[in-house]
Amino acid sequence: MLEIKNLAVDLEEEDKSILKGVDLTIEPGKVHAIMGPNGSGKSTLSYVLSGKGGYEVTGGSATLDGADLLDMEPEERAAAGLFLAFQYPVEIPGVGNMTFLRTAMNAQRKARGEEELSAGDFLKLVREKAKTLKIDADMLKRPVNVGFSGGEKKRNEILQMAMLEPRMCVLDETDSGLDVDAMKLVAEGVNALRSEGRSFLVITHYQRLLDHIQPDVVHIMAEGRIVKSGGPELALEVENNGYADILAEVA
Amino acid sequence: MALPQVKQDATAARLDGITLPQGASWASHARKNALSRVNAMGLPHRRDEYWKFTDPVTLVQPDAPKAAVFQQDEAPLFEDVDRVKVVFVDGVFDAAQSSDLVAEGLEIERLADALATDIHWAKDLYGVLETRGQMPVARPLAALNTATATDGVVIRATGKAQKPVSLIYLHQNETSDAVIHNVIRVEAGAEVTLLETGPAAARFSKVLEVDVADGGKFHHVRAQGRDHERRAVTHCFARIDSGSLFKSFTLTVNGSLTRNECVIEIVGDEAIAHVAGACVGDGKDFHHDDTVFVTHDAVNCESRQVFKKVLRNGAVGVFQGKILVKEGAQKTDGYQISQSLLLDGDSQFLAKPELEIYADDVACSHGSTSGAIDETALFYLRSRGIDHTTATNLLTLAFLAEALEEIEDDVLAGALQDQLEGWLARRS
Repeated sequence: MLEIKNLAVDLEEEDKSILKGVDLTIEPGKVHAIMGPNGSGKSTLSYVLSGKGGYEVTGGSATLDGADLLDMEPEERAAAGLFLAFQYPVEIPGVGNMTFLRTAMNAQRKARGEEELSAGDFLKLVREKAKTLKIDADMLKRPVNVGFSGGEKKRNEILQMAMLEPRMCVLDETDSGLDVDAMKLVAEGVNALRSEGRSFLVITHYQRLLDHIQPDVVHIMAEGRIVKSGGPELALEVENNGYADILAEVA
Repeated sequence: MALPQVKQDATAARLDGITLPQGASWASHARKNALSRVNAMGLPHRRDEYWKFTDPVTLVQPDAPKAAVFQQDEAPLFEDVDRVKVVFVDGVFDAAQSSDLVAEGLEIERLADALATDIHWAKDLYGVLETRGQMPVARPLAALNTATATDGVVIRATGKAQKPVSLIYLHQNETSDAVIHNVIRVEAGAEVTLLETGPAAARFSKVLEVDVADGGKFHHVRAQGRDHERRAVTHCFARIDSGSLFKSFTLTVNGSLTRNECVIEIVGDEAIAHVAGACVGDGKDFHHDDTVFVTHDAVNCESRQVFKKVLRNGAVGVFQGKILVKEGAQKTDGYQISQSLLLDGDSQFLAKPELEIYADDVACSHGSTSGAIDETALFYLRSRGIDHTTATNLLTLAFLAEALEEIEDDVLAGALQDQLEGWLARRS
């Protein structure tokens, strides 16, 4: 599904190297988690995959089912099946949540040569998915993320994911700013989407999210590289001993 | 104080050969009075404080600069709205294209007929509200309009109007120089909606005088046509009394020069005045100026000025807005926002927000910003599969939304929204 080879990335403006050769392969249906200390490059990886400006790829590759992601515009990546759940979902005053969702869905369908969804079908679908995420009609009507609480913003991200049905989902610190109940709700939303053909890359600081979204593989990232990979027990090790031991061990 | 020679010369050149139209004695008096005020003030010049950002030379010069007639490729605005149509072609009333000027709750007349009638209520308003609006800022082009106008409408709302009055200004002659003057009186508790659409002429001078009595409601929705080369100077002078409502919205797309002045005087307690505008301009030949002056002279009143401009490829936008709160106008709630979205580095927005407050228990706020498309929001939309152009257009419409929300009627707002979407789509 997702194949990242020796990916190296600089910050465009500061000429600073952030990713220094990331290797990562995610098979269909698998959930991979990336953990790591602040500044290790976790969020940068998610931005570079989704096509945010301000980064310069200096080496390596990233492909989704063989297609070169790095050569595509952000919207093309989305249409190809990539989805980034933002750490800080953006507030967009003046654009209604429903308009946004419908425009996005139909844009992706169009890009894939599929027919646009009728207003009625769209409404039915969005209501059904919103209900399971406890997103009420008012939240759907309001401008995108404007006045939403931290939990509501994250639920709104998962709603978009549920509507757009991407094959490769990247979750960037989706647990940040959430209380336990909100985290459970978000995790349930993610788990409901787990399927054979869909993969996840879950970026997090803490083990606790991984109690709710069970990963198949856990990677530790430090200083722009993946330094250690293992099973779910690796996350527990981090939780108990912090990053220091692992980093000392691989140094 | 003697006028500078350059203003004297320009004024003399413009007034040369002008003869005042015939009318009832009160009308002749109003016209003569206006003409003498023009002579005293002199026509505007770039050096005038209120014309610093907009060069009035093409509005002042004797002949209208040529403006190509735009070939309309969209259905006319508000076509599906049940309304009283009053059509002017190059500034001249066209009875054949107009509806019968009758509707429940309204008395509608041609200006020329009203000004020829010896005893007419318009006597108390024609040129009167305009004169009141000349202090403290001179608006000589409005006085010139009062002196020379022969066409327009005079409307009295006596109850809740059954349908809107729709003034349709068609432009057919590429050198036309139109002068229109409209007078509206909304009686106590009455309500009317005025629609204005179209470019009107190569050069258009328009004055609208509106008097809203206690508890009256006046709604105004205007779209100034899509002609690229046309020029327009328009003035609205409103006086609103206790518990009344005044709401005005203007959409401007294209036009080489537009100066829209709105002067509102709130004279009765608990009245509400909102004036808003959205404009979109593309290219160096687009210059749009909103000049607004709201005077609070009563207690517990609310005013809002909301102006949004989208500018690209060297277009220029101007906003000069003032809130004056007079002594004793306590509990005033005044708000003013002017913002521009600059889609490139060549475009310019010039803003002069002003507050002048002589009461100590008021809430007044103002803000003015210029900015580009929010890159973070743009990336967010694109990351969901929305292409760059669609995302930019979505954010541009979102930027204008606060101004369009000032239109109460959803059908009218929807029609203007469609026109904006069309404008953006043609440039994508």
